[in-house]
Amino acid sequence: MQSNVAIQMENISKTFGVIKANEDVNLTVYSGEVHALLGENGAGKSTLMNMLSGIYSPDSGSIFIQGQEVRFSSPKDSIKLGIGMIHQHFKLVDVLTAKENIVLGQSGSFFMKGRELTKKVKAISDQYGLDINPDKKVYDMSVGEKQTLEIIKVLYRGAKILIMDEPTAVLTPQEIKKLFRIIRNMKEQGCAVIIITHKLNEVMEISDRITVLRKGCSIQTVETAGVAVPNLIEMMVGKKVDLAIEKKKLEEKKTLLDVDGVQVIDSEKKHALEDVSFTLFGGEILGVAGVAGSGQKELCETIAGLIHAEKGRIFFDGENIVGKTPRDIIRLGIRMGFIPEDRLGMGLVGSMDIVHNIILKDYQNQPGVFLKRAECAEKANKIVKKLDIQTPGIHSPVKKLSGGNIQKVLLGREIDSDPKVLITAYPVRGLDIGASYKIYDLLNEQKEKGVGVLFIGEDLDVLIDLCDRIMVLCNGRITGIVDPSGVSKEEIGLLMTGGTMEKEATA
Amino acid sequence: MIKITKRAELPKRQEYVIRAIAILFSLICAGLVIAILGFNPLSVFHQIVLGALGTELRIQQTIVKAIPLIITSLGILVAFKMKFWNIGGEGQIVMGAFGASLVALNIPETFPAPLALAAMAGAAVVVGGIWAFIPAMFKAKFGTNETIFTLMMNYIAIKWVTYLQYGPWKDPESQGFPKIANFTPNAVLPSLFGVHIGWIFALVLVVLVYIFINHTKKGFEITVVGESIETARYAGMNINSVIITSMLISGGLCGLTGMIQASAIERTLTATLSGGYGFTAIITTWLGRLSAPIILVVCIAFAILLQGGAYLQIAMAVPAAVADMIQGIILFFVLGSEFFLTYKLSFSGIQRRKKEVA
Repeated sequence: MQSNVAIQMENISKTFGVIKANEDVNLTVYSGEVHALLGENGAGKSTLMNMLSGIYSPDSGSIFIQGQEVRFSSPKDSIKLGIGMIHQHFKLVDVLTAKENIVLGQSGSFFMKGRELTKKVKAISDQYGLDINPDKKVYDMSVGEKQTLEIIKVLYRGAKILIMDEPTAVLTPQEIKKLFRIIRNMKEQGCAVIIITHKLNEVMEISDRITVLRKGCSIQTVETAGVAVPNLIEMMVGKKVDLAIEKKKLEEKKTLLDVDGVQVIDSEKKHALEDVSFTLFGGEILGVAGVAGSGQKELCETIAGLIHAEKGRIFFDGENIVGKTPRDIIRLGIRMGFIPEDRLGMGLVGSMDIVHNIILKDYQNQPGVFLKRAECAEKANKIVKKLDIQTPGIHSPVKKLSGGNIQKVLLGREIDSDPKVLITAYPVRGLDIGASYKIYDLLNEQKEKGVGVLFIGEDLDVLIDLCDRIMVLCNGRITGIVDPSGVSKEEIGLLMTGGTMEKEATA
Repeated sequence: MIKITKRAELPKRQEYVIRAIAILFSLICAGLVIAILGFNPLSVFHQIVLGALGTELRIQQTIVKAIPLIITSLGILVAFKMKFWNIGGEGQIVMGAFGASLVALNIPETFPAPLALAAMAGAAVVVGGIWAFIPAMFKAKFGTNETIFTLMMNYIAIKWVTYLQYGPWKDPESQGFPKIANFTPNAVLPSLFGVHIGWIFALVLVVLVYIFINHTKKGFEITVVGESIETARYAGMNINSVIITSMLISGGLCGLTGMIQASAIERTLTATLSGGYGFTAIITTWLGRLSAPIILVVCIAFAILLQGGAYLQIAMAVPAAVADMIQGIILFFVLGSEFFLTYKLSFSGIQRRKKEVA
């Protein structure tokens, strides 16, 4: 371990209103190390990093960069000192080339010196082992390429300290490997890398040291080599957590949903789904894996009747539901909970309370023209109690709840209606470990009740542990339906990028 | 240096304090301008109140001004609740008046008044509703921008009535003056307590719209569509039908204003009878925070300013525009205060000093 300190944050505190986002947090990061920042949602990771990148300024405490005390008043100051942040959602301009994105917002001469720039970009790429075509437009790039471009962008600005917020969330296993290679290169070049992630096995693989935050306080900084995953979880959660997802085999296969040759063409005349056929049985969790935007959303919406299938049929209990209205499909017992990136946009109304969000799916079955709230208030109380939702009351707006609790409201509502088919997309998106396992338990409970669960997920480890079968989508096509006990992550990754597999399981 | 940060949450009481400060500042600011114009601000304010509420007659006049404002605001509310920016209130008022006139000018004088008025109101609601339905349908089917569309519909409506006034509907007995014939007495709204019964309509509608938005399924759908179209879609709502229904109601209410103005105030159809209420109502609806009871209060306050402003001119020889200006200043401050409700300013200089003490 080199002893030159790149970042030292001492006794940092920051409050928002009454919430203490950070309290006496200490963090030391050396040059040439990969430092993982761990913590549940709301532990204060983002706040801390936002202070390091100059977006917020701390209420008290001091920040030292390369030994100098600094006080940022804007992100510009932190960039000047060589701190670069790579956000989870890329901040790139689609219609510009890689090169143009790199110089965007840089002060320099009025005209861009194209050739010189290309040379400079090439030099950086070679130095860190990055691979990019400077003249490629961003809209032609894969997610992995975009991320590479983001990295080059901050390196071009002279960053020696990189902060990466959930960099692996949208990548395939192959792309993650590549990213880790890049991170190791940067480390060898003397950069300090801070990585925020929820995936503990990745932390173990890439980081040198780990700092765990809990409820705004820094709990401990440990050497990765000397710690095991269960210890980390205990530090994050504050108590021991049982991590096993129990998977019961389904006994009888009763076909619930039979999707047959579905084709969906989106508004840009692109084939969003092409010849998709599969069967969903009662009492199973069928996982759906795929790179973001491979047709997962279209699949959910087609089954729910929200978008029109150009071709194909979907049988539910022997009845073709293609062409039925969303309302009819909800009445049949097919429920969908889709967690979008902002968590609220598609299933819940943020400004409304839990009661009204429950009414959202219920009111259409109520007779008359008036809204009956009493029943739903009762239901809301029941769901809050059953799922242990942390809320000041059933009448506080759901957007004021934390992410995990918002997701519990959504899932609780769908489960409460005793669905026969439950489609759930990204139900644990952005959730911490405790909350995620609560959700998995809920899904397993549904499965045992004979519900057919379609689980669209991001984390392959979870898909493998939770699902009875995994269906892989790539560019709107099914590239394989596999038995999770018989495949490796890499094999699924291959299917996600369009490869086919010999041993296509017929489970 | 000033730093702007988002507020986490604001207690209700502090919210009221900020709003009250905004109104106070707006009055101070308006007072300054009045002083610069060479008048005593306190006596100007006093005269405004006096002019609006000083005598029974003045109170009646204020109520007459409040009625169209309230009903139009309620119409705008139904559209705004859905985040459908209906700024076509003027056009819908004029077309509603046109619909009412269509009935009023074609019924015999002997027709019973209640039936005549009911038919006029019905026609006004339908025609006003259709005027709002057109942009709603285009929005639902083709995704057109409703702001521009409803605005343009205003001009069409006004020009249409102007055409009628100068052309086919010109009263042959008006000696060449471009004027549409007066309504017969059975087409004129009766009065109660010295004010035409539009005020009863307004009060009843405040209650009805409140119930509609807060306690019916349709009202709930409108609110959800306004908050998030995606959520509404996922809940299986037919969004196009929600848009169209709510605009029919919105336009219908504005149309009813037109009928009231034509019948009780003008006693005929004129191209100018909307009198800017369609635009003022946008302001009152917004200040009323899209809530029917608050809108009632705001509209009465605005009517006081309107009536008081007109009185100023007579009493103090202050231009009536001063009242408009006060309105503008209040609006500026109240809407400006929204910023302070969501953001907080901190002065880093002060912060640093605090740190040194600590």
